[in-house]
Amino acid sequence: MLATYAFFFLAFIAIFFALLVVFSKNPIHSCLYLVLTMFAIAGNYVLLNAQFLAVVQLIVYAGAIMVLFLFTIMLLNLSSENEPVKSNLIKFIATIGGGSLLLLFVMALKKTDLGPAPLMFPNPNQQGMIQNLGKVLFSEYVFPFEVISILILISLMGAVVLGRKDKKVNPINE
Amino acid sequence: MLKEVFIDHYIYLALTLFCIGILGVLIRRNAIVLFMSIELMLNSVNLLLVAFSSRMGDAAGQIFVFFIMTVAAAEVAVGLAIIVMLYRNTRSIDIGDANKLKW
Repeated sequence: MLATYAFFFLAFIAIFFALLVVFSKNPIHSCLYLVLTMFAIAGNYVLLNAQFLAVVQLIVYAGAIMVLFLFTIMLLNLSSENEPVKSNLIKFIATIGGGSLLLLFVMALKKTDLGPAPLMFPNPNQQGMIQNLGKVLFSEYVFPFEVISILILISLMGAVVLGRKDKKVNPINE
Repeated sequence: MLKEVFIDHYIYLALTLFCIGILGVLIRRNAIVLFMSIELMLNSVNLLLVAFSSRMGDAAGQIFVFFIMTVAAAEVAVGLAIIVMLYRNTRSIDIGDANKLKW
């Protein structure tokens, strides 16, 4: 019962702050609202008995990725004054398009038979615990795990190469 | 209706977050906010994967979420480096100014 109320509260928080991410003018505010959305989604992971992923969500998304975003925004010194905006007509058409897509998804879901529907809470499954996830990750999925480490290394090198200041390249606009 | 939570509620929540992300990509011109909207879409898919994994009692979905998070981190590192490079060259982060690749 408590979990049900917690779900609706977290869902409201997530959707509300996601809308604020899209509609706030200042990029720094967008970033901070996105952190709150990540927190709400991490709360949902806890409700779903995925404690390990909740912690990873907080550390990697809210901790690392959003700090990277904030650093970039502050490095480029962005604020709401020099924020590029699209015309109202394009905004209107885009809202119609996004709303139609949501409507399409919901109608398709209404037509779908999801089979016997057990309640989400209370959830007796323990597969989200770190012990079980570690066993699965390092037995069945050990090869993708190693490949991911190569991907991280390549993206690290790519970021360094892209961010390096190259004197020989002329700026595009000059 | 608000007494119980089924998988449908999680699907609706994930779909709503995904469409908000699409809306952000469509109506914003700031390249960094575009990236944030993409992160929002990735997160909604993650939420759906975890919900189904929890309902089916299968850990594979949560492993995939773990991998998606890693790929998202790599994507953000490279993408933000590209945006900083773009800003250094064009003095703006308007995604409409990045049309030089077309010609």
